[in-house]
Amino acid sequence: MPRLDLVPIFLPGRQEMLDCLCETLNLQLGLEVRQHRPGFDAQTSFDPDRGQYNSTALLRMLLGDLPVETNYVLGVCGVDLFIPVLTYVFGEAQLSGPAAVISIHRLDPSVYGLPADEELLCERLEKEAIHELGHCFGLIHCQQPACVMRASTYVEDIDLKPAGFCHECNPLEVTATCRIFP
Amino acid sequence: MDQNAPGILIVDDEYSVRDSLEKWFQKDGYRTASAQDAGEALKLLQEASYDVALLDIKMPGVDGMELQRRIHKLDTDVTVIMITAFASVETAVQALKEGAFDYITKPIDPDELSHLVRRAIEQRQLKAENIQLRQKVEHLSMPEQIVGTSPQMQEVLEMVRSVAETDATVLVRGESGTGKELIAQAIHANSHRRYFPIIPVNCGALPESLLESELFGHEKGAFTGALYRRKGKLEMSDGGTLFLDEVGTISPKTQIDLLRVLETKEFNRLGGNNPIRVEFRVVSATNQNLEQLVEQGDFREDLYYRLNVFTISIPPLRERREDIPLLAQHFLEKYARQMNRAFTEFDSSAMELMVRYPWPGNVRELANAVERALVVGKAPVVVEEDLPLQLNDAAFLPAGDSLAEVEQVHVERILEQTEWNVSQAAKILGVDRATLYNKIKKYGLSR
Ligand SMILES: [Zn+2]
Ligand SMILES: [Zn+2]
Repeated sequence: MPRLDLVPIFLPGRQEMLDCLCETLNLQLGLEVRQHRPGFDAQTSFDPDRGQYNSTALLRMLLGDLPVETNYVLGVCGVDLFIPVLTYVFGEAQLSGPAAVISIHRLDPSVYGLPADEELLCERLEKEAIHELGHCFGLIHCQQPACVMRASTYVEDIDLKPAGFCHECNPLEVTATCRIFP
Repeated sequence: MDQNAPGILIVDDEYSVRDSLEKWFQKDGYRTASAQDAGEALKLLQEASYDVALLDIKMPGVDGMELQRRIHKLDTDVTVIMITAFASVETAVQALKEGAFDYITKPIDPDELSHLVRRAIEQRQLKAENIQLRQKVEHLSMPEQIVGTSPQMQEVLEMVRSVAETDATVLVRGESGTGKELIAQAIHANSHRRYFPIIPVNCGALPESLLESELFGHEKGAFTGALYRRKGKLEMSDGGTLFLDEVGTISPKTQIDLLRVLETKEFNRLGGNNPIRVEFRVVSATNQNLEQLVEQGDFREDLYYRLNVFTISIPPLRERREDIPLLAQHFLEKYARQMNRAFTEFDSSAMELMVRYPWPGNVRELANAVERALVVGKAPVVVEEDLPLQLNDAAFLPAGDSLAEVEQVHVERILEQTEWNVSQAAKILGVDRATLYNKIKKYGLSR
């Protein structure tokens, strides 16, 4: 079973959410999931002018911190992420690479002035995690409305798609297995 | 990389911009290349063809403006989009005059970027396809789950076909779970708006104040906790279709606001005072008796007439039982594939049961029943016992003959079966929680 390491970054008080994500990713993607604390100083990715954290820099640090026995690493952040040319990103992943990073910041309804909703937040987190890991598995965006690989630019778009892959994208389908989990 | 995918060329002197934009577009399935200056860009443009070129306006040496002129001289028909820092918007406007498709400011809003590039590519494709396409008989594309060979469903699909292209406002009626949203999607997919989004709004699921901000969006600071400017669904559906589900539940105040938007095609975000112009088609849906609501004064008559230009009524599943075997088999194959389980068919008693069952939750309830059967059953054949319990016993008990009586007994039993876990009961019944709460209230049910 391929192994995935979850790395919490600026995510205090969210252990339960992280444990829940571990379980989902194990079930949905057939990955062995573990957690480890970051072995780097994530604060160095902070851009004081923008008040956000550089996700490309975080990806680089996660890669440098990759335990040898791990196949994939996913950073889960509590802070807002950006890549320099864009105003923000929900997450970033290497296409066909081992590392991805996601943020719960803009997934949280309370950030938009709506009532807090932990359940909704967890659902969105789950979908974004699966989506970004999908990129790590080599998947690109999918046009199917009922597919987690559909691109979401609004947080509401995330709510419209399911947490699962469509038939074509499913990395666990036999035909795709050799490609993704050789 | 797919060599037939649309190609995007990124020209920017900054490595991080080229690198991150290339990666961004690759995830969208585009073919990408990048150049750090004009010379390199012109060379790439002669070697391969690109659909869109993103040019940074400010570059040392030959800048984006001059590069655009040279590209036009090259006689490639690449669509140019300018990238500019906030300060040089005036230059960008000049670039538009010289033929650029549009410009975008750094740092780029990711949403704006994907829309812009999609728009550029669609416009090119439309241009290319143009006349040829119109002469071809266009194949009607239907979302996958509209399954049915019964005359009633054929009639519905025929109506979808005839109304889709007209741009008329459509009201879709039918009980919960009959697939009203799918019909709305089919109308959208077969209209000229199909390249723009269809944006669903579930009016019944949100209290008045939330529905307002959902529809109209809000400015930063419009109310406590509004930390970001947020686009509303009206704005998101610009060019496309707005799907208003459970439209009969909209509050009187929001009805007025909505009517105004439909009439003027203009609105303000909450807390904002710049009118925003929008252009969309409205498809709405309801399982309520709107005429009665109008009579009771709960629904505005003028709004009713505006929404109800064309009506499509979806018959409940029990009135088209001949579609049940086909639908059941469709869901069996779908879920078997999704769950990776080797189910192939139903045995005859399971099928007979399904055909006789009244399906108060309609197609959605059928789908859920099949999904559950595949979880508990043993492949390859679904037998009667695999179907959720409520199918087996009281389904046919004489509860009275009216639909309401059958429904009441059924709802009550599922609630008991789930120990009044409303979410779970709603899922089994194939309705949303709001609908179930309404039914509980309507029948005066309690633990
Ligand atoms: Zn993506
Ligand atoms: Zn897909």
